[in-house]
Amino acid sequence: MASSRQSIPVDGASQARSEADTPSSRVMRFGLDQPLRLDSGQFIAPLQIGYQTYGTLNADRSNAILVCHALTGDQHVASDNPVTGKPGWWETVVGPGKPIDTNRFFVICSNVVGGCMGSTGPASTNPETGEPYGLALPLITIPDMVRAQAMLVDALGIDQLFCVAGGSMGGMQVLQWAVAYPERVFTALPIATGPRHSSQNIAFHEVGRQAIMADPDWRDGRYLAEGTSPRKGLAVARMAAHITYMSDEGLHRKFGRNLQDRDRVAFGFDADFQIESYLRHQGLSFVERFDANSYLYVTRAMDYFDIAADYGGRLANAFMGSKTRFCIVSFTSDWLFPTVESKTVVRALNASGASVSFVEIETDRGHDAFLLDEPVLFASIRGFLSSAAAARWK
Amino acid sequence: MQPLAAPVHGELSKRLDLLVISELVESGSRVLDVGCGDGELLALLAEKRGVEGRGIELSQSGVNQCLARGLSVIQGNADTDLGDYPDDSFDYVVLSQTIQATVHPKRVLTEMLRIGRRVIVSFPNFGHWTVRMSLGFRGRMPVTENLPYSWYDTPNIHFCTIRDFVQLCRVVEADIERAVALDVGGTRMTLNAPWWFWNLFGQQAVFLLSHPDRPKSGG
Repeated sequence: MASSRQSIPVDGASQARSEADTPSSRVMRFGLDQPLRLDSGQFIAPLQIGYQTYGTLNADRSNAILVCHALTGDQHVASDNPVTGKPGWWETVVGPGKPIDTNRFFVICSNVVGGCMGSTGPASTNPETGEPYGLALPLITIPDMVRAQAMLVDALGIDQLFCVAGGSMGGMQVLQWAVAYPERVFTALPIATGPRHSSQNIAFHEVGRQAIMADPDWRDGRYLAEGTSPRKGLAVARMAAHITYMSDEGLHRKFGRNLQDRDRVAFGFDADFQIESYLRHQGLSFVERFDANSYLYVTRAMDYFDIAADYGGRLANAFMGSKTRFCIVSFTSDWLFPTVESKTVVRALNASGASVSFVEIETDRGHDAFLLDEPVLFASIRGFLSSAAAARWK
Repeated sequence: MQPLAAPVHGELSKRLDLLVISELVESGSRVLDVGCGDGELLALLAEKRGVEGRGIELSQSGVNQCLARGLSVIQGNADTDLGDYPDDSFDYVVLSQTIQATVHPKRVLTEMLRIGRRVIVSFPNFGHWTVRMSLGFRGRMPVTENLPYSWYDTPNIHFCTIRDFVQLCRVVEADIERAVALDVGGTRMTLNAPWWFWNLFGQQAVFLLSHPDRPKSGG
C-alpha cells in the first residue's frame, strides 16, 4: 500500500487514500457473522461504515436524524472535511441553531457503501487478498446502501429515526428508507430527487464512466495496485456531471461569456472562458479527494434505482399504509431532478393516503441549490421539523 | 401562473365564512382545502373538528406558513393539480374564496366532485347590491374594501353571482345539500328567503354540494 501512496504525487490524494481504510471519523465494523446482504445476491463481510455524529442522543433514543449524502458527498456533513480542509458539505442546514438543529437532534451521517471515505468500497482493502477491492467488489444499489445504514442505526441502539433527510442521491436513500422501513421513519425529507433515475441521468453517468474507463491509467480498475491514477478520466467525468448540477440561467449569471485572465480569445484550446477554467478547476480538485472506481460504483447504484419497479410498476403501492410524514422539496431550475420527478412521488403518496407536503422553491441555481444558501429551503425544513417534533413529543 | 389564493375579503369576513364551513364539516373526516392560504381553515378544522386535513396552495409564503403549522400542504395549482388525486379520496373538498380566481371554474368544480364525497364552495357574491350600484350607476367595475382590486390587476377573473353559481351546479350535476348566505355584517340571512333576495343582499355564500350518484350526508 505504501508504494501506491507514494506514486500519487498529491498530498490531498494520499490523505484521501488513507481515509478509505482508516477514516478520520467514527467507524462501525461488522464481522463475518454480520454480512451485508446485497440486491445482487452477493454479500459483503466484513463490513466497515465510516460515520459522523453531531449533538446528543436523548434518553429514549428518539431524537436521531439520519442525513444521507449525495453522489460525491461523505459523512462530514457539519465538520471540516479531513481531505479538503473545507467546511462540511451541509453546514448551511446542519449545526447548532440551524434548520436541522444539533442542539436538539442527534444527527448521524454515514459514508455510503461503495464510497471511498471509510465505508467498504472499491478502494478499501480486500481482507482476502490484502489489495484494494477494485472491481472485485460486488455492485452496490441504493437499497444496499440503506440496508447498511440500518445496520449502523441498529448498532447505535436506535429503533426509530425522527427524520431521514437528504438531497439528490441522498434523497433516493430517504425514499428507500421510507419504503423499506416505514415504521422506523417518523418523518422523511427528500430534496431534489426522484423515485427513479431517468434515462437522461443514466446517459450522463455513462459518459462519466466511459471517461474514467477510457483513461489508460485506469488499468481495468487496478490502478491502486499498479500505482497509477485515472486523473484525467475522473476529472472529465466530474466536469460533465458538474454541468448537470447547474442551470443555464445560473451559469450565464455567474460566468456569461466572460474571458479568463485575458482581453480577447487566444485562438487556441487553452481555457479562454471563465466557465472552462471553472470546470477544469472542479475536475482537478475532485480527483484529489475521490476514488475513480467509487465513482463507477456509486453512479451505477443511482442508475439502478427505481422504486416502482419493485412494486409492479405502481409507485403508490410502495407507500401504502405509511404513517411517515413526508416533506418533498424541489427547485424550479433543477433539470437533473426536475419538479415533475418530485411530483410523481407526491402523487403516489396522495394516492396511498400518506401525509405529504411539497414545496417547489424558486431559484436559478439548478440541482445544487439544495447545498447552497436558500432561505426558503431553510424555512421549510425548520417549519416542517419543528411542527413534526411538536407532534412527536406532545 | 395565476395567483389562486389571493385574499379577496378582509380578515373579519373571511373568518366568518370559515366558521360557517367548519360547521358544515363532520368531525373526524378527511378534508382537502384547495387554495388553503396560510392554513387558517385547516388549523381551525383540526382544532374544532379533529379532521385529517390536506392543503393545496400556490404561494410560497402560504406553503411555508402551513408547514410551520404542521399541516400537510402541497405547493400547486387548483387548475392543474387536482388530477393527481384519486376518486373519493376525501370526505370534503373545500374551495374557499378561490373559485373566482381559477382559470376553469367548471373543470375545477367537476374535479372536486370527483375527489370528494362532498364539496364546499364559498365565494363573494357579484350580484350584491353594492356591486350592482357600482356597475349600474357609476358604470365602473366595483373596487371596495372587500373587493380591493382594480379590474386590470385582479387575480379574480371569474366572478359570479349566487344565481350564477346555482346554475353551474346544475350544469355539473351537483346536488345542493345546503346553502348559506352572509350579509355585509357577516350574519346568516334568513333561511327561507328567496334566491333573488340572497342574490341581492348576500355578500358572500357558502354551498355544500354532493354528487347525485354518491351517498348523501349521513348526519
